[in-house]
Amino acid sequence: MLETAFFNLFAGLSIFAGLGVVLSRNTMHAVMFLIFCFFNAAGLFFLLDAEFLGIILILIYVGAVMVLFMFAIMMLEVNVSKMREGFQQYLPLGGMIAVILMIEFVAASTTGVFTEGAKATAEHFAQDVNNTKEIGQVLYTKYLLGFEIAAIILLVALVGAIVLTIRGRKDAKYQNVSKQVNVRREDRVRKVSM
Amino acid sequence: MVGLSEYLIVAAVLFSLGVIGLFLNRKNVIAILMCIELMLLAVNINLVAFSHYLNDISGQIFVFFVLTVAACEVAIGLAILVSFYRLRRSIEIEDINTLQG
Repeated sequence: MLETAFFNLFAGLSIFAGLGVVLSRNTMHAVMFLIFCFFNAAGLFFLLDAEFLGIILILIYVGAVMVLFMFAIMMLEVNVSKMREGFQQYLPLGGMIAVILMIEFVAASTTGVFTEGAKATAEHFAQDVNNTKEIGQVLYTKYLLGFEIAAIILLVALVGAIVLTIRGRKDAKYQNVSKQVNVRREDRVRKVSM
Repeated sequence: MVGLSEYLIVAAVLFSLGVIGLFLNRKNVIAILMCIELMLLAVNINLVAFSHYLNDISGQIFVFFVLTVAACEVAIGLAILVSFYRLRRSIEIEDINTLQG
């Protein structure tokens, strides 16, 4: 009973926050709504016994990714009124596609094809089941290659972001190698008559 | 009690909101990135729900990978946006046409 109430709360609030992301006029407000949406999705993850992923969602998404978004919005001057052009124009087409997509998804998920073989209700694991430990046991054995590839992807993204945004210092001193190689004795040594 | 299809419906609604956001905010690169985040979140909810109801931990591992790729995508996207803003002093979609042939 309590679980159903919490599910309704988290689901309703996350959909409300999603609407806010799409419809809010100010980009900063959209970021705030997205953060709210992530918190509620983390609540849904907790209801599904995925504590580790819920915490990760809050730590990485809210703590790092959304802060990055805020930095970008504050650094760039965004012309809000111009950004809203075409909002009405694309509403019918976008709305139609999204509604059709949603009807398809909902129809597919209520037919019972996906629930075949699934547990009928969300019976929770016992208290001694440790979600983090279970993930670790699979992640470092069966999915070790994927884990390492993910690490490499993160490294490439790190280096790529730095390369894209780095700006060399104006007063930095660089050596010009071809100039150094091409220098001759006459350029450097001068005979002085004593 | 809450069944699997309820979670799938919530994820479907969130995904559709992301899709409609792509159409409505197509002048704003940052809003487009946020809508992509919303769609990835919907996919993650689906994966975690299946993982719980089918009693298979692999779904949560895939959420892990999706989170990794999404974080990388945001970092690179915003870096491109910042460097483009330095070049043009604007991030309008219409101005992003340097690469067209």
